[in-house]
This record gives sequence, C-alpha cells and structure tokens, in this order.
Amino acid sequence: MTTSEERTIYDPVSETPTSYKREPAGAHPPMDYEGYKSTALRHPKQPLVYLPQTITEITGPQLGGLAGESDNDLTVQHEGLPIGERIIVSGRVFDTEGKPLRSTLVEIWQANAGGRYRHKWDRWPADLDPNFSGAGRCVTDDDGRYTFTTIKPGPYPWGNHYNAWRPAHVHFSLLGRAFAQRLVTQMYFPGDPLFPYDPIFNSVRDEKARERLISRFSIHDTIPNWALAYEFDIYLRGPGQTPFEEAH
Amino acid sequence: MIFDTTPSQTVGPYFAIGMPFPSGPFAVADDAPGAIRITGTVYDGAGTPVPDSLIETWQADADGRFADLHGYGGDSEGSGFRGFARCGQEDGDGSFELVTVKPGAVPGPGTTMQAPHIDVSVFARGMLHRCVTRIYFADEADANAGDPVLATVPADRRETLLAQPTDGGYRFDIHLQGPGETVFFDL
Repeated sequence: MTTSEERTIYDPVSETPTSYKREPAGAHPPMDYEGYKSTALRHPKQPLVYLPQTITEITGPQLGGLAGESDNDLTVQHEGLPIGERIIVSGRVFDTEGKPLRSTLVEIWQANAGGRYRHKWDRWPADLDPNFSGAGRCVTDDDGRYTFTTIKPGPYPWGNHYNAWRPAHVHFSLLGRAFAQRLVTQMYFPGDPLFPYDPIFNSVRDEKARERLISRFSIHDTIPNWALAYEFDIYLRGPGQTPFEEAH
Repeated sequence: MIFDTTPSQTVGPYFAIGMPFPSGPFAVADDAPGAIRITGTVYDGAGTPVPDSLIETWQADADGRFADLHGYGGDSEGSGFRGFARCGQEDGDGSFELVTVKPGAVPGPGTTMQAPHIDVSVFARGMLHRCVTRIYFADEADANAGDPVLATVPADRRETLLAQPTDGGYRFDIHLQGPGETVFFDL
C-alpha cells in the first residue's frame, strides 16, 4: 500500500526520488579544514551557486555490471591467503527515509594489514603483501545489503603534522541511484585509539555524525572459526518534498 | 523516522588502487558516431596540477536521453552509450581525458530548456567532500544564453563553465581555487 505522499517523492518507474533533500550545514566536513593541511589549496573560496535539481541531477548511472561475482572477497584475488586478520564487512545502504537502496554499486579500497597501499607513491616501509591488492566491488541486494570479506587494514603514518597517524580505515564509494546521491567516505573500527588525533576523522565536527563513520563489531555476523565481522550501515540523501524544485 | 546521512570523507590517498576501471573514461564507445574527447587538468589554488584528483561525469545522450532507471526519454540509441565517465589514475600530471558525445538539450525547471551540459564531480586527496560543477560548450552560445542555470551564475564567472573547442573535442580545465576559480554548485 503506497500513500500519496510516497508517490509524490519517489518516481513510480525508477523508485528513486524526484528531488533530494538539501543537506543541513555540518552534515559533511567543511572543505576548508585547518587541521587537514592539504585542504588549504584545494577548496573553493567563491560562494557555491545554487543548482536546481533537474533531470541531470536526479538521474544516475547504473554500473552494477562493474562488480564481478567474487569481487567482494579481497582475500581470494591471489594464489595464497593474505597476511592479517580476515574480517567480514557488511551492512545496508539506505536513504534518509530508511528506504533500502538496492542495485547500488559499493566500491572499497584499503591498505594491507601493515598499513601499506599497493600504490607506487606509498613509501611507508611496511611490506606489500603479494596476496592482497586491497580493492573490491559489490552491488547491494534487494534489502540494500552489501558484504565484503577482507583483511583488517593497519594504521599508517602520514605527513600532515608531527607524529601523524591515520586510524585504520576502509575507503568506501557509493554511486547511489542519482548524481545527487553520490558519496565517498571512510569506515573506521570501533575503539581506535587514534581517533582523537586524526584531523580527517575529526573534520566531521559533530560527534554523532562522526560516530556514523565507525563500524560496529557484530558477533551475529562473525563466522565461527573463520572471521570476525563488522557492520557498517550507510545513509545516503533522501527525497525532498516536491517533484521538481524551481530555481531561485 | 528520518535518518542523518553518513558524512563524506576524502577520496585520497591512493584511490587509484580501487576506483579506476578500464572503460572508465568512456561515456560512449570509442568509435561511437559523434564521439568527442574532453581533456583538461585539475589545478589547485597555487596553479599546480592536482595529480591525485578524480573526476566523474554524467550526462544525457545526443538526443537528451539518460541511461538510467528513470528511462527518461526512452532507451538511448547511441552506440554503447553509458553517459558516465570516471577519470583519474594518480599518475602524476592531474590531467584527464574522457570520451563522450555532446549531450542534447534537456528540460530545466518549469518550462525552461537547459543547454547541453555535463554534470561533473571533482574528488581529490585534500578534498573532504566532492565539488560539483558543470561543463557547458562555448560553441553553443544561443542555447547557453537561454540556460536557466547559467543565468544564475555571475556573468563574470560563466566563462569557467565553458569547454573550449579543440581538434577533435573540447578543453575544460578545473581550478579548485584562485584566479579563474571554477564555479561550483550547491546541489
């Protein structure tokens, strides 16, 4: 049973919103954040121009085909098992109305157990693992659920300030179902002692918002004799109130 | 119940281990009729190229149809038309090149029509959230003059949204900051 309000905010064919709610200030980190030095020359200084949400913004690419069948298991991409703690990372993708977002491409990438990325510019003296590339893809199912098997990434130092270390994290990219719903973020692990010292994590100024970046340990999803599990639900922008916004 | 969104974090560093894919820069097949190349470089506020930047584009086909769930305008008849491109290899020079077709006009707010345009997301290490801009085409002066979005952009900054014709395509540089800072949008 669909209410008339739901019919108004979700397109009947695509089941995606016909407009997206404008996000309140502070929902995302500021583009100019003193603690994270690289933002200094990489943020716009001119005011943003209001963009009405037209057909270009409320539509989006369908790239589920990018995810191969075993692309969600980062531990089987090579001959041997990777070094480190095997973990399950799973969760559901919703919009802010709580509607599960199915068929959404989820991409992850991360450092290996020693905190080293398989990239030519990463010079951190921790060994590369021949059995770990550190990237995966999957598509959410009808409940909006995604699941990855991977290795718990290690923390690593970086040059932002004296004795700077990134807390262990997994990078996430979510295409959403519209250009307006795109999100790139990072998932952290509960109880990381580096949280108070990391300007990227703390660039999210609201404590409750920061907590939404931290996964939860899940004994329920933990696989006996195999892998601990972490749960990370992701909320993307939900619908606005009107089918099309007028420019103003 | 209304939930809050998951906050954004920077794409970098080393997104190139996960984000690029072989057909990424091809919004259309390389040999599609009318295929053009759009090249450019992302610059920071000091005018230095941003080698660890990533751009994504989204657009209609030449007839104004989108390859998405809405099925807006019907299925694209363009050869291999995807309408989405992703460029960025973290390989050193901050430049990008995507292959696409010039999109058709599509409706804007109310009864307006929008000039041909491509939506662009810019990501980089050092950017905590994406920046959104649009590529318009300098050789579409009449359509641009009637575009409802360009009309809201300060006249002296509109130039930053215009891709300039080159041999076989267009050039569109992105300046995150500083002189000629690209217009970015609040979406």
